[in-house]
Amino acid sequence: MAELFHRKLERTAIGFVVAIIAAASVGGIVEIAPLFTIHTTVEEAPDMRVYTPLELAGRNIYIREGCYACHSQMIRTLRDEVERYGPYSLAVESKYDRPMLWGSKRTGPDLARVGGKYSDFWHVAHLNNPRDVVPESNMPAYRFLARTALDTGDLQRHLRAQQALGVPYTDAMIANAASDAFGQAAPDSPFAAGVTERYGEKTQVSAFDGVVTQLTEMDALVAYLQVLGRLTDAAYSNTAAPEQAPDPTN
Amino acid sequence: MAVEERDPVSGQKTTGHEWNGIKELDTAVPRGVLMFLVVTHVWAVLWWLLMPTWPMVTTYTKGILGIDQRQIVEQDLTAAQSQRASWLKSIETQDYAQIQSDENLMRVVRSTGRQLFGDNCAACHGADGKGRANYPDLTDNDWLWGGEVEQIAETMRLGINSRHQNTRVAQMPAFGRDAMLDRTQVANVATYVQSLSNPAVTTPQNGPQVQAGREIFLTTCAACHGEDGKGNREVGAPNLTDQFWVYGGDMQTLINTIHGGRQGHMPTWDERLTPAEIKILALYVNSLGAVKP
Repeated sequence: MAELFHRKLERTAIGFVVAIIAAASVGGIVEIAPLFTIHTTVEEAPDMRVYTPLELAGRNIYIREGCYACHSQMIRTLRDEVERYGPYSLAVESKYDRPMLWGSKRTGPDLARVGGKYSDFWHVAHLNNPRDVVPESNMPAYRFLARTALDTGDLQRHLRAQQALGVPYTDAMIANAASDAFGQAAPDSPFAAGVTERYGEKTQVSAFDGVVTQLTEMDALVAYLQVLGRLTDAAYSNTAAPEQAPDPTN
Repeated sequence: MAVEERDPVSGQKTTGHEWNGIKELDTAVPRGVLMFLVVTHVWAVLWWLLMPTWPMVTTYTKGILGIDQRQIVEQDLTAAQSQRASWLKSIETQDYAQIQSDENLMRVVRSTGRQLFGDNCAACHGADGKGRANYPDLTDNDWLWGGEVEQIAETMRLGINSRHQNTRVAQMPAFGRDAMLDRTQVANVATYVQSLSNPAVTTPQNGPQVQAGREIFLTTCAACHGEDGKGNREVGAPNLTDQFWVYGGDMQTLINTIHGGRQGHMPTWDERLTPAEIKILALYVNSLGAVKP
């Protein structure tokens, strides 16, 4: 009978075309349909801020160096992960991650909440040579980051691209992208004030690699690592995990 | 309309079509593959019924089993909390001396503390707490801010030069870079500082150098490190007369320290750890200091 049905279907051109379209669209529907209800699945986070130009540049370096191949940014809803890393990741926390960097493999630890856990100095030492601070580490050394000047020339265009994708960068943020990137890593410079003005008082402004005179890729990557998990406090109010939200004044 | 034609070699039916003299056998899908397809489809339908799957307009199908991973992890965490309740309550309410005198509680402190230490502190201070250059050794009983359990807990809570609003602040100025001392003066002070912990440094040849360093030390460094160089825990100024060094006691490191200053950083753990966890860690770190004065 199945054979007869198939034989019949094959001989009806229109019917067969419709059947092919129906079968082939299943994959698309499965991926697209959940987006219709995205408003009910992504949490609200009014305090969520966008990445600063320096953090965005660091994020690009994170992607370029393939950090995501060994580090995830996704704390799953499992007891051991919540107890080790902090509250499980929420969808809203990746709202401005384009593309997202959740990852699926952990050779190194999860980094979703690494921001503020270690000092800038530690991150610089660790990226220069991980064995200096973690003897058993098998992470490669990224010494060249501190020697490589950060290319700020294309930051405006990076921000504009993110804006086109729906990340709410204002025109002032885009216009000042390069000076904000410099100012965030030079706390005493005249450019630093603009960073907190545009991105909020909680934005960390510090000499990330310890050298204020030159903006390096090390500055950018450490700035990015230090903001991971700190764009919003939403995850802390959403869980019964015994965690306090980061104090905004800290 | 069905064309019945059999292949003379295999005896199978053909499709009835002919492409340039080639005919195709009309072989049915193997039974095994067909079964596999049927089973996976049935499994998919069952799964749709059991688990949360299909999006609706404003909600989604919850599934018969009613599984919600967020609820599961909350339950797991609550269960873990109640498993710990027997000792957590005591640690939260009792003071440090009481806990230290209770061997059962201290056993918990040692095992839980070791885990918390490995997760949070070991990145800088090492898994054994012995530190390394730039990160203080926690086992040597030489403390920057005090080694009493209360003081350790306070240092962890506030951090050092951290983002906590009441952070402990320790800033050694850059005497050389900011031109407060010239090169010779820096070298002289470094020699004097070295002589504090190692009298052998002073030789008849460098006697005047050490003496000159001592005078600069008394006017420039003594405010924080004390006239005797034994440090001041109020401002996190280390004791310079012992064998324990944070950044290193060799000549080059000392000169670097005096020239460029030091602003060590310890993050605040106030927001990342609960008060009970800080308490456990403080007791654990305190117990690491095997060398008692």
